[in-house]
Amino acid sequence: MTLSSNQQSLKKMVKGRGLAERHPLNWTRWITVGVIWIVVVLPLTALFLRSFAFRWLFPDILPGQWGLRAWDYTFGESSRVIEALLNSIGVALLVTMLAMIVGLPTARALGMHDFRGKKVVEWILLTPIIVPVLVAVMGIHIVFIKLRLTGTIWGVALAHLIPATPYFVLVMSSVFANYSPALEETARSLGANKFRVFRYVTFPAISSGLLGASLFTFLISWSQYVTTLLIGSGTFVTLPLVLFPFLGGGNAAVGSAITLIFVAPAILVLVLTSRSLGRGSTVMGGFGKI
Amino acid sequence: MTAVSIQRLSRAFGNEWAVQELDLEIASGEMIALLGPSGCGKTTTLRMITGLLRPTSGDLLFDGMSVVNIPTERRGAALIFQEHLLFPTMTVAQNVGFGLKMAGVNKAEILSRVNEMLDRVELSGFGNRKAHELSGGQRQRVALARGLVTRPKVLLLDEPLANLDANLRITMRQLIRSIQRELGTTAIFVTHDQEEAVMLADRIVLMFDGKLQQVGPPDEFYRHPRTAGVAKFFRSQNFLSGTRRGNIVATGAGDLVVSDTVIDTGDGPVIITARPETLRLSSGLNEQNSLAASVITSIYMGTHTQLIVQLQDAVWHVQAPPSTAVKEGDQIFVELPKSEIWIIEDEPESFALASALNDE
Repeated sequence: MTLSSNQQSLKKMVKGRGLAERHPLNWTRWITVGVIWIVVVLPLTALFLRSFAFRWLFPDILPGQWGLRAWDYTFGESSRVIEALLNSIGVALLVTMLAMIVGLPTARALGMHDFRGKKVVEWILLTPIIVPVLVAVMGIHIVFIKLRLTGTIWGVALAHLIPATPYFVLVMSSVFANYSPALEETARSLGANKFRVFRYVTFPAISSGLLGASLFTFLISWSQYVTTLLIGSGTFVTLPLVLFPFLGGGNAAVGSAITLIFVAPAILVLVLTSRSLGRGSTVMGGFGKI
Repeated sequence: MTAVSIQRLSRAFGNEWAVQELDLEIASGEMIALLGPSGCGKTTTLRMITGLLRPTSGDLLFDGMSVVNIPTERRGAALIFQEHLLFPTMTVAQNVGFGLKMAGVNKAEILSRVNEMLDRVELSGFGNRKAHELSGGQRQRVALARGLVTRPKVLLLDEPLANLDANLRITMRQLIRSIQRELGTTAIFVTHDQEEAVMLADRIVLMFDGKLQQVGPPDEFYRHPRTAGVAKFFRSQNFLSGTRRGNIVATGAGDLVVSDTVIDTGDGPVIITARPETLRLSSGLNEQNSLAASVITSIYMGTHTQLIVQLQDAVWHVQAPPSTAVKEGDQIFVELPKSEIWIIEDEPESFALASALNDE
């Protein structure tokens, strides 16, 4: 009795530690952690300090004078940061939703079936990654003006779909490649209609992969600059558009504050994906295809 | 308790016929094996019965009612696959109760029926486990419970004993048989393994190339194969051509007396066959139905000695007692017991085919 419960708790421990436990060499883990600190955490700390600094001169390790002026300006009306933040969130959610509608059936077909012209479809899917997005957007700009889509959230979202959809489809097709329709067929034979098959069988099976793909899609939309600039016609602003002027030569403190807001969802995604990655690396698997 | 009637059922993929004009009457409570090599149309047939695939033509009736236009989820034909057996995100109890939940049965009744079913498959107390915490045999039993708990009209199984080791196969066979008999569920399973078919089925339906070859109880396939192909599928390669006159078949190696019960082919050229395990070694030509043969190979197999012998222009397999001491090149006499000789229906012209099979 005690032996088996011991074994079970041991099993849980091993499972809990996940990937790290599988590496017998502990130093690789320390190097990874070190690199993450140097590349991610330290610069963010500097940004954080800078945004609260009123005066920070060269040899000083910490700012000489502190202040909230940068944050006051950031959240003020004239900076348009709040408007841009809401626009960014709105357009990224819309893009994610549209990518799901377009991408899920495509990914399922590519992942689970062999059909004529499959290679061609895969290549067409890759073109937005190979061809600079600017080229495509310049072309559709004229069309969008005629359709009166420029300067609207729909226009910007459609433009963002060009670079976002391939990533979504690639990640999801690798999720579907590891998925068997036999479970769905079993469920149907047990009396589940198509909607319930999706709810009880398909969705639980692909949910962790779907979460990963959606987060990537969200981030791709979130970080679009050129597409938003052109299709948004300057009237529809997102965070990158507001941030850009400060990076060149504007107020560094304000730039730091906006950058922190801009980076926040990316860090959230990093944390969320690293959790779902424990369930299987299919989320990343799609990138092997690129 | 449902009788299934399959009438001229056909399915084409492009220009290829996967199943062609299949006719079959399955009695209520019967266990049927759809047997054949891969690509013979057995899985296509199974999928048409579930409703996952529409027949190109023909009809399918459950208790006299056509079900061709009834979708899978309302047809009541529960499917069990050999792989990907269980829903991975659900517990054992949730898996077993899935069909009941879909049918809108209330929770208390689901719980009691699930527990009763788990008892039946000897898995009481496993309800809260997840699929990955079970062994292969346990998963199979959960899948069986899940398929039967809704009392389906027909239970469909895809290679139910594959992927199990020898001991587990026997246990599972007994379990499937006893539960299926107890509940009286009509069951159809697909397999490419003739042993699996023989162990489980009341009747076997053998298919080649989308066409029905022979239907009947398992022993018929051993003792009374209809064609050389059927005999070959059941691992017999013993064929000999001769000329029939009444109950006597004259072969190049000598005359054979056949039983009155063999099929009536009329006088003329015929092909005879007999299973390796029914043949005996005899002392000489003066014994009835003894033919002279020379030993090509003798292999000691533990439970028996496998002899491959040249019998006139044919190569025959003989399963002799383990103590048989013959070696390569020996001249022996093989006795074909009268009751074990069978005449196959193949046209004698197609003996070329039988000879080709012999050579393999």
